[in-house]
Formats: sequence, structure tokens, C-alpha cells
Amino acid sequence: MIQSFIEGNEAIARGAVAAGCRFFAGYPITPATSIYQQMLQLLPPTGGVCMQGEDEIASIGFCLGASMAGLKAMTATSGPGISLYSEQISFAIGGEIPLVIVDVQRLGPSTGSATKGADGDIQFLRWGNSGGMPVIVLAPVDVRDCYLLTIQAFNLAERYLCPVFIASNKEIGMTRENIDLDTLTIPEPEVRKPCPADYSGRPFAPLPGEKVPPFLPMGGARLSRQTSSTHGEDGYISTDPAVIEAGILRMQEKLLSTVGDFTLYEYDGHAEDSILMVVYGVTARAAKTAVRQLREAGDKVALLILKTLYPVPEECIRQHLHGKTRVVVIEMNLGQYVREIERLAGNIPVRFYGRMNGELINSQDIVLKVRS
Amino acid sequence: MTSLLNRERPPVFCPGCAHEAVVRGLDQALEMLELPGNQVAIVSDIGCSGLFDTFFNTHAFHGLHGRALTYATGLKMARPDLKVIVVMGDGGLGIGGAHVLSSCRRNLDITLLILNNFNYGMTGGQCSATTPTTGKTSSGFLNELEAPLDICKVAVAAGAPYVDRTMATGRELADHLADAIRYPGFSLIDIWGLCPGRYTKRNRVTLAQMEEDIKKSSLTTGPVAANEREEYAAHYFRLAGSAPAASRPISVAVICEAPIRKRCDVLLLGSAGQYINTAGEILCLAGMSGGLHVSQKNDYPITVLRGHSIAEVVLDRQPIEYTGIGTPAVVVCVAAEGVARRKKVFATLSEESLVVKDGELSLPDTGARVIDIDFAGLKIRSSEQVLAALAVVAREGSLLTYEMLAAGLRHRYSGKMLDEALAVVNRLVT
Repeated sequence: MIQSFIEGNEAIARGAVAAGCRFFAGYPITPATSIYQQMLQLLPPTGGVCMQGEDEIASIGFCLGASMAGLKAMTATSGPGISLYSEQISFAIGGEIPLVIVDVQRLGPSTGSATKGADGDIQFLRWGNSGGMPVIVLAPVDVRDCYLLTIQAFNLAERYLCPVFIASNKEIGMTRENIDLDTLTIPEPEVRKPCPADYSGRPFAPLPGEKVPPFLPMGGARLSRQTSSTHGEDGYISTDPAVIEAGILRMQEKLLSTVGDFTLYEYDGHAEDSILMVVYGVTARAAKTAVRQLREAGDKVALLILKTLYPVPEECIRQHLHGKTRVVVIEMNLGQYVREIERLAGNIPVRFYGRMNGELINSQDIVLKVRS
Repeated sequence: MTSLLNRERPPVFCPGCAHEAVVRGLDQALEMLELPGNQVAIVSDIGCSGLFDTFFNTHAFHGLHGRALTYATGLKMARPDLKVIVVMGDGGLGIGGAHVLSSCRRNLDITLLILNNFNYGMTGGQCSATTPTTGKTSSGFLNELEAPLDICKVAVAAGAPYVDRTMATGRELADHLADAIRYPGFSLIDIWGLCPGRYTKRNRVTLAQMEEDIKKSSLTTGPVAANEREEYAAHYFRLAGSAPAASRPISVAVICEAPIRKRCDVLLLGSAGQYINTAGEILCLAGMSGGLHVSQKNDYPITVLRGHSIAEVVLDRQPIEYTGIGTPAVVVCVAAEGVARRKKVFATLSEESLVVKDGELSLPDTGARVIDIDFAGLKIRSSEQVLAALAVVAREGSLLTYEMLAAGLRHRYSGKMLDEALAVVNRLVT
């Protein structure tokens, strides 16, 4: 067993490079800074680009430009920076620009606590775009996930031409762990489908039967158009409600109808379990301990660790809710994802336990909550 | 070469709008430069100037207000061979001011056209960053309160190597534009013009007066000798090309079996400058050498040269779940700052826990087994005390062995530093 000893942020940077990332731009902010520092070590020697923007708006803007030229791009920040990203996130969604956005969450609100962890941005990531379009959010649990989910995030961004968020947390990003990098099963890196030479060349026109347009790079032999404004398949502004609706619904459907293909989760349970515990992120680690302790005491408890948070993997959640008599959702915030579980749980009572004081939720806290 | 104007989408500006003159001027400039459309990207933002990209058969990138330079920067770095032309109004100039300044400083080969008509045309004639204090706008008296921005002066001060100012309606506009585009670095051109839909309705401005004002501003146009330097992308790739290859993460092989039977939490409590984080890393590398799973978190104030420094380490035979510290098996105390920060932990400790501390430190009451080290008497420097304390922990044998600790040190240090670290450890182990 040969092990490395790295933190979650380094794993994200190395995962990005393994996924084929060639462009990174960021602005220093604790607890995300070490992703930028790592990318600065990793990209330049191999001809990749790593830039420090004058602010977060510029950093993500650089990424949008580079991505439209065809490069796989990533940026990383924390709460105050993700707030500034907002207008550009909306652009990445509406312009169908592939991009991986890492949010190493820190305790909010606002500048909050730079060195304290939280999962307080979960609904912000989902809804922090003007227009309220769906997005993909993946949540790592540990260093291993940071590496693997980053590769998944790039693949999803390339496949669906959209921004993909990694909802990390200071408690993962700045925690170092042993990991055996050589034995990981690495997802095959994907690249965006190029526009066939004999196809229309309308930048937002999917091939027949598909929901995602083939990619026409900026700077290629054929002219490409990109616009943040409401547009038709030709990339020109449109005021035609039918054209507008077709584009909006297509962008919604390309994610909502395919979430089953990228529902990442872990489930630990038995047919006779009556309690379902739903967690994500760093809290999943204490939940594993808690489940073991509860079972030792005779409780029939199952654990669902969601790694794809958005689009909400409804089928997966419903399947695991089936047959349960009670649900406990535990989050490192005041109750955000619990809303999604509540709307799917129907008559099954859902209880929430969360905390926002910068301290990790431990297994004793969880056991007490499940027992109470 | 032929015109790159999109015949299917002729300009739609108000009659008499200066922007239309710039559309024609830019097309002539691109023709003069013999640039095919697929080697040009026009990047625009919001406002009337944001319509620009639709009139040309070039690559087109239209984004958010004031952010055009951010997209252009990423695009140009990804495709340094592409001609990247940014068009923005005086509105985009104001809201994207930080990007303009940074572009001047950066000197990436982008040409910025500022279509300056002294107000926000599209939203109803509000004042902008360039509106004169005497101008009448739909912002009431507000523009009287703020000095107008002379972007050319600002650009020169910010390091732009090429700055120009000209009239949208001037006959030589295309020449100005071609020169700016040809310049192998960041070029900014402030193009003054009329906004018949809004500004000139309320203000008596004439082209002659504008030309006179430009002359009076006595700007030296073209390359700014003091600011000329290597272009950013060329410079970047030159330096990146000689950057050392990134190091691979450390590889730790298991060399022995660690003595622990269950999870052990460890706190290293010290102060800045005592290499507490490094000691935590060495302890983890030692644990990994003993076949253990490990995790480490550090806690220190933002002023890294002062105050407490704490490492929280977990060692276990199983994969580590919760990474917080419960009841520590071992607490190392080498400075009062760290102890004060975690003073509550001591009362929770029983005799199963081991505290190794500087003999001169006083601790809160604790039930733990305490070993004092006479650092002063042993003449062990502050920066070496935590390592010495780890050596004592290894000597006790319940958490880690000497072999593990020495392996951890070999992964972290080499040469003289390794010799020195091993010497400190050896003094306390034997």
C-alpha cells in the first residue's frame, strides 16, 4: 500500500489536471486559495494557463472566454466569491459554457468565518443564477471524492455544456488525509462533442434527437457566436416567445431528464430498516459512525449519502424512502437540502438536524437526534 | 479583402448615432488589415455598443455589462493567435473599471474600443463615468457631483502601452482603429460621439466642439513609450515554459505495524514559529509508515507569525470518518498560546490520555498522565520542542514507534535538516 498525504483542495487540483483541465483562473480566498496555488504549480509547466484575476468576476470571466475557445476550465472560490460569480454563472448556464466551479464553503453569512467550515451555500448554488435554471452540484465527502468528483464534474460540464459546481467545505478542502492515488478507478475523461463539418454551424442547434448542441469553438475555422442574451439557435437575440421557450425548455431538459445518468451516491441499508438518514458532504463521515453505533444498539437505520445534490436525484431518493417510517436529514447549515427531501417524502415524517457554529457535527450529536 | 459586415443584419442604431460610424470604421480597419472573419473575435457587453458583434461576420462574444474584457482575456490566453477586439460604451467602462485598469496593467494583445457618448443611451440617458458636470442627463443633478473620468489619462497611469482618442465621425477613424489593432499589446481607443436618441436631445453639443475638446485634452496618442513592454501572453508562455515541473505527491510505503489498536486523536498545541503544522504532518507520515489511516487539520490565526498554532491529527487502523478531535489520546503542549486555545480539553482527559509538555508550562487541571520535558535544561530550541515531544511520545511506545517517527522524518526532510531532526529525536528516545 503506497499512500499519498494530501488535502481536499490539492485533490481537486490534481483531479482537474487528470480530467484535462488546461485553464484555471481564481482570486485568493480562504479556504479555497490552495486550489489556485496548486494549479499554479501544475498548469504552467505543461503549457496550461493559470491566472489570478483582479477579482472573482474577472476570474470566472477569464474561464468563460477560455472555455469558449475549447479549453477545459475551472475556477475556485468561497462564499463571498461565489456571490460575485453570480452574474457570470447565469451566463455560463444561458450561454451553455462548460466550466467547473469549486465552492470551498466557509461559515457565512457574508465574509463570515474564513477558517470555519459550513455547507451554507447549497441552495445558493442551486438558485444563485438569475432565471432559476437548473444546475449540477456535486458534493464530496473526503479527499478521494475531491479527486474523483472533480473528474466527474469536468465530464458533466463537457457532456451537457454547462457549469458544474463542486460543493466542498473548508473541513474537506483544508483537511489532509492519506489516499492511494494509484489504485483509484478514474472515470474516462470526456470532451465536448465538436460540431460536425457538415452540420448547420448554428451554435445553439442540437443535432437531431439530441438536447445539447455540438460545440463550435470561438476562433475555429467556422464562425461561432456566444451571447448572454436570450437567443435562438443561431446565437442572435430573439424576441419570439416560441424560440425563447424552446431554448429554455431544452436547457432545462438536458439536465432534468438525464440526472439518472449521473446520480452519484452511497447507500448503506437493509430491507428491514425503518429509519433513513440523508446526508452529504463532510457530515456523511460522522453519519457513518453514527449509523454503526445506532445499529449496535438495535436501531434499524439506513444511510443515504448524496453526492449528486442537483438536479435533485428524485428517483434515487424516492427509491430509498420507500418502506421507511421516518427520515432524518443532517446538514452543516440551518436546513437547506431538507426542503428537497420533505417534498419527496410525502407522509413520511422528516426531521432535520443542523448546526452553523463552525464545528463539525459529530456522531454523538447524530445518535441523540435520531433517538430523540 | 472584402467587408466583414453582415449584410443580413445591418446596423439598427438611431439615425445620426456615432456607433454606426464606428461600425463602418471598424469594418474598414479590418479590411485594411486583411483579416478574415474567422481570425477575429469581437467581444461586447451590454448597452447600444453591445449590438456591435451582430453586425460583423466574425466570431462574436456578447456578455454582461462591463465584463467584456474578462472574456476577451481568457479567449486571448487560450488562442493567442486570434485578433480580439473589445467594444464597450462609457457605461461598460464605468461598471467594468477594475477590468479596464487590469487590462492596462496586463498588456495582453487586445484592442479596446470605448464608444464614449457621455451617457447611458439604452436605459434612458442617465449619467455615466464620462458625463461632464455641466451635462444634462436623466440622472437629475447627480452628474454635477462627480468629476468625469478621463480614461486616457487613467489608462496611461495604469500602464497601457497604447492609448488613443479620436472622433467617431472623423475621416481617419479607420486608420486609428487599424493602428490600434495592429499594435502588439493592449491598446485602448476612446472614441467620442453623439447620442442623438438621448444626450444631444438635452445638451447643445456639436462635433466641432468635441473635436476642439479632444485637441485641448493634449493627449499624446499612440504607443506610450514609458509603458511599452513584453506582451502578456508571450511573457506568460515564456515564463511558464521554464517553470519547474510540479512535484508529485509524496509516496509513503508501510514499513512496520503501528502499535495502536483503536482510533487515537492527537493535539499538538504550540505557537507560531514552532513548526506545529510540520510536526503534525510528520506524525501523519509516521502513522502512514505504520500502516495507519491519518487526517490532519491545522488551526492558526491569520497573522501567521503570531499567536497559537495547533495541529489536530487522527490516527486509526480503519479509514477515518469524523475528522474532529474527540477525547485526545495524546496532547503535546509546547506553548501557552496553544494551551490557552484548547484549555477546556484538559478536564476531559483520564489517565488513559498522555500529555507531554514543556516542564515550564502550567496546565489546567487534568486527569491525564503528564510527562514534563526540561527543554531549557536540555537546551532544545523552541522550534525543535514539538519534535522532541513527539520523540518522547514514541519512547512511550503506545501511539507510534521510533521506527515510524524516523520514517516520517525521512519523508519530510533530507540532508542536513534530516540529520538535525534525527539528532533531536535521538537525544530523547535513548
